Amino acid sequence: MENKIKKVDLIFEKVDYLEVLERSFKRTQDEIILDVIDSGLRGRGGAGFPTGLKWKFAKNEEADQKYVICNADEGEPGTFKDREILTQVPEKVLGGMALCGKATGASEGYIYLRGEYNFLLPSLYAAIDKFHAQMKELNFDFTIRIKSGSGAYVCGEETALMESMEGKRGEPRNKPPFPTTSGYLGKPTSINNVETLVFALMIAKEGPNQFKDMGTFDSRGSKVFSVSGDTPKAGIYELELGMSLEDFVNEFGDGDTKAVQIGGASGFCVARKHFKETVIGFEGIPTGGSMMLFNSTRSMYNILNDYLEFFEEESCGQCTPCRVGCQQLLKGIEAVKKGIKPPSYLDELQKLSETMKIASKCGLGQSAPNPFNSIINNFREEIIY
Amino acid sequence: MSTYKVNLKVNNLNVSVDEGTTILDAARQLNFKIPTLCHHDDLCVAGNCRVCVVEQVGNRLLPAACATPVSEGMEVLTNSMKVRQARKNIIELLLSEHNADCTKCFKSGYCELQEMANEYRTGDHIFLDVRSKNEIDISSPSIEKDDSKCIRCQRCVRTCTELQAVSALAVTHKGKEMKISTFLDKPMNDVVCTNCGQCINRCPTASLVERNYIDQVFDAIYDPKKFVVVQTAPATRVAISEEFGLGPNRSTGKMVAALRRLGFDKVLDTDFTADLTIMEEGTELLTRLKEALVDGKEVALPMMTSCSPGWIKFQEHIFPDMLDNLSTCKSPQQMFGPLAKTYYAEKINKNPADMVVVSIMPCTAKKYEAERPEMRGSGYKDVDFVLTTRELGRMIHQAGIDFEKLEDEKYDSILGESTGAAVIFGATGGVMEAALRTAYEIVTGREVPFANLNIKPVRGMDGIKEAAVKIKDVKEEWSFLEGVELKIAIAHGLANAKELMNKIKSGEADYHFIEVMACPSGCIGGGGQPIPTNMEIRKKRAAAIYEEDEKMVLRKSHENPEVTEIYKSFLHKPLGHRSHDLLHTHYYPRKRY
Amino acid sequence: MTNVEELVKQQAEIHGHKRESLMPILQAVIRSERFLSEEAMVAIAKELDISTADVYGTASFYTFMDTKPKGKNIIRVCKTITCHMKGKDAVIGALEDLLKIKLGDNTSDGKFSLLQANCLGWCHKGPVMLINDEVYPEVTPQSAVEVIQEYLKQK
Repeated sequence: MENKIKKVDLIFEKVDYLEVLERSFKRTQDEIILDVIDSGLRGRGGAGFPTGLKWKFAKNEEADQKYVICNADEGEPGTFKDREILTQVPEKVLGGMALCGKATGASEGYIYLRGEYNFLLPSLYAAIDKFHAQMKELNFDFTIRIKSGSGAYVCGEETALMESMEGKRGEPRNKPPFPTTSGYLGKPTSINNVETLVFALMIAKEGPNQFKDMGTFDSRGSKVFSVSGDTPKAGIYELELGMSLEDFVNEFGDGDTKAVQIGGASGFCVARKHFKETVIGFEGIPTGGSMMLFNSTRSMYNILNDYLEFFEEESCGQCTPCRVGCQQLLKGIEAVKKGIKPPSYLDELQKLSETMKIASKCGLGQSAPNPFNSIINNFREEIIY
Repeated sequence: MSTYKVNLKVNNLNVSVDEGTTILDAARQLNFKIPTLCHHDDLCVAGNCRVCVVEQVGNRLLPAACATPVSEGMEVLTNSMKVRQARKNIIELLLSEHNADCTKCFKSGYCELQEMANEYRTGDHIFLDVRSKNEIDISSPSIEKDDSKCIRCQRCVRTCTELQAVSALAVTHKGKEMKISTFLDKPMNDVVCTNCGQCINRCPTASLVERNYIDQVFDAIYDPKKFVVVQTAPATRVAISEEFGLGPNRSTGKMVAALRRLGFDKVLDTDFTADLTIMEEGTELLTRLKEALVDGKEVALPMMTSCSPGWIKFQEHIFPDMLDNLSTCKSPQQMFGPLAKTYYAEKINKNPADMVVVSIMPCTAKKYEAERPEMRGSGYKDVDFVLTTRELGRMIHQAGIDFEKLEDEKYDSILGESTGAAVIFGATGGVMEAALRTAYEIVTGREVPFANLNIKPVRGMDGIKEAAVKIKDVKEEWSFLEGVELKIAIAHGLANAKELMNKIKSGEADYHFIEVMACPSGCIGGGGQPIPTNMEIRKKRAAAIYEEDEKMVLRKSHENPEVTEIYKSFLHKPLGHRSHDLLHTHYYPRKRY
Repeated sequence: MTNVEELVKQQAEIHGHKRESLMPILQAVIRSERFLSEEAMVAIAKELDISTADVYGTASFYTFMDTKPKGKNIIRVCKTITCHMKGKDAVIGALEDLLKIKLGDNTSDGKFSLLQANCLGWCHKGPVMLINDEVYPEVTPQSAVEVIQEYLKQK
């Protein structure tokens, strides 16, 4: 079988990031931003907002203070690539932040690191100390601090993260205003995923074309995938975007893959019969990197149950569709399984999940019903019987 | 502010609104009502409950109308199929976590969720029951908290924080465990709650209601051995009409008539003791000023009013080092109680042990105040039961009295006579105005220099009001006040009070006399007043209060003949020995945290 | 001044008395005490001039900010999906047997608390457990027990 999986090595490649920064600092803000826009880079946390555009919005704001935030609150089940990036190439993350600072006119940066990754703190602090010294040498005014999380999935949502940084409950804000207008402490803030910042640095190093030439029209470049579940090759892989799920399963499956959950607990479950036509990317199913494989020994009911239990606990609880909806989905499948509710109750729950998708306050609530819908659509019989 | 206009379409109708307007308000301008729950005109935007979601053409998501500003060219549909399905679902979800035992609920008929559920005819409960199973917290003498009825709209939390700066209530936990609670989930009586009841006024369901004592009061009325007298606070008489769908209105006479029909033995007026408060408190202020200016004593100034029990408890918790600044006067309610069971009992030849004193108050903190151990000046519990305006409304409904058709009746005498100065106690600035009308005249022998006695600078809804009154050509015995500029300030709502206190503490501001009312707009906006509340309603209540004042024959407390009489025959003089025993009190520092 | 009050005061000096300092101060108390006592939360409220309910409301949002006493070492076994698939239940069972407690409880000597956690970010190496800030990926019931036995020896 032809191997259509293309491995790439941009993220973990050791580069002379200081040289890249030195060069970039001599350019104009617009030049840097235009390269990022031109490359087609979209946010690697999952939502996929065009990074260059985000930077441009922040740059265009007038303010006495702006911030850069590195979102290292990697809480999506099945995702662990940011941890590895911060372990292996922290200096590239810091470099990406400085580049964003230069481009947007921010002199302060924060890394919001999830509490589960506290063990990374000593090495990160060491990297930051070294980085500050280097910035001083380059005569670039940019400081980076770390703020830690304390166990709350929803803080990965950018505005919830900022609330948490401000010492509050991590409850997502109403949008608009967007963070580029009013972010941390009400100041214009560009918040980017760990991986996105490293790609931005690599685009500054190589120019936009190398990145743009990879992937597809909608999904440029490569992406770091976190592969787990029933696979002999669990781990982290940087792959060119645009592959089909079939290609992916051929590479990583154990020969008995019945379903793949793309995008973590808030992502979509794809059954074997759809592997061929499913593209991994923004034109198909986007992912922050989480790829969980399940073989035929797994009960899809148990898997869905796990996901819903996760959301029932990790919803911030402020908005009705998400807080109560997640409970209803979980209790609902239990009731159908036990015969307390008829199988047709699943149809009511699917209507509810549509409401959750369109009426929840933030991305968490809007995506929480994804696994429910996709598992019900593909494996209805496993939920009922 | 910008006057930049934004053009949009709501339900295919064009509308042009100011930049920054929300979709909700833009729709209101076209007379489209979008249902809301977490939204409240007095509070900041939350966007939590999501019942106000609307369809925005071209947007996959349904934005919350209350939290989304309009944008140029926006096309909004407030009642599309998508919106209806989502809204219905959301109401059903709220019902699935709500103890919808409506027939047993105190708020039935007044509940926003119930109204919405009826409107949308959700009917059969399609979702599973996810109610929290909890004990109702009845630890507080003022407020009952039932989490099983909570829909987590956070209106109470925003009230407690934004309007009152108390933050006794907070959102705690997350996910399905998320709830509205107190520090370490302690009972309401054990936390910094001031019992102001503003949370109750804004709770859309019955998760927060007053402790109600309707049955106990009826039991007393039906007990032939008990002589039950009732007193009514100034602010109730302009709001009780709202309980009968009549809007804020002067309805003193109808209220008196209703109380008599309910079977109270005597219908008396807290306004009488409001006048008395002015005599005591005015004298106290002048005494303090004399001690400071003439005797050079260390006196706590500015002196602060003490009529509002929520404010008193706030001060005890938050500024325990400033308790000496509070006037030692009891509130009018608590002056009435001991006088009823001593002076009045004697006059009508009743054994105070057989008397029951009931108050009708715009306030929930008064329930707590009546329970304070100090409030037993008569040798008995001075005030036995405190009912809110809402509870009175409920009693009138229960008794089948047609309020609207009642003929006006007058208060009984004695303890029923009052002046316009007393009735304005009900609005922010009113105590100050009443005090000035009397104090100025005592000191100068002339009326206050304001047209028709209306001291306009102390009126109105500004959070903190300041004024200065120059005292000139004083009577001889007050010569030490000649040329003094009396500096005063007024705050209503505890957030404003806190701001004012901090200014005083930091030395940034310097006053002689301060009026504080715990509730926004004063007692007319009290925690025991009819629901709903908003600025428009409170302004109407205030207007009714000032109208009531203007219609009174007597408008200065010192002209109240019953006041003159009680000093002549019983109290002898303000701040005298009997006053000290019956009408004054002291305060206790409490935990701030 | 008690130790906790001292600690809070010191942390407020380091991080400042602004609201933004709340998380780092709470985290410092957790690091030292393993949980947030009433005393600690009162002290924090005082230092930052916010209400105690607000401190509690914020803390209770975060899974790692316990407001009930916890053992000196907090064991958190990941319960999410892949760790579940790879046998976290057996690991928990083994630890329950070893420590003679149920999930959610503290050992009577106050040395350990046994908890579950949502995804810890080691899905390719499940089951994983966290002891305080230390990660132990790919544990088996046997290896988990050995790890705990090491802790028992040390402390």
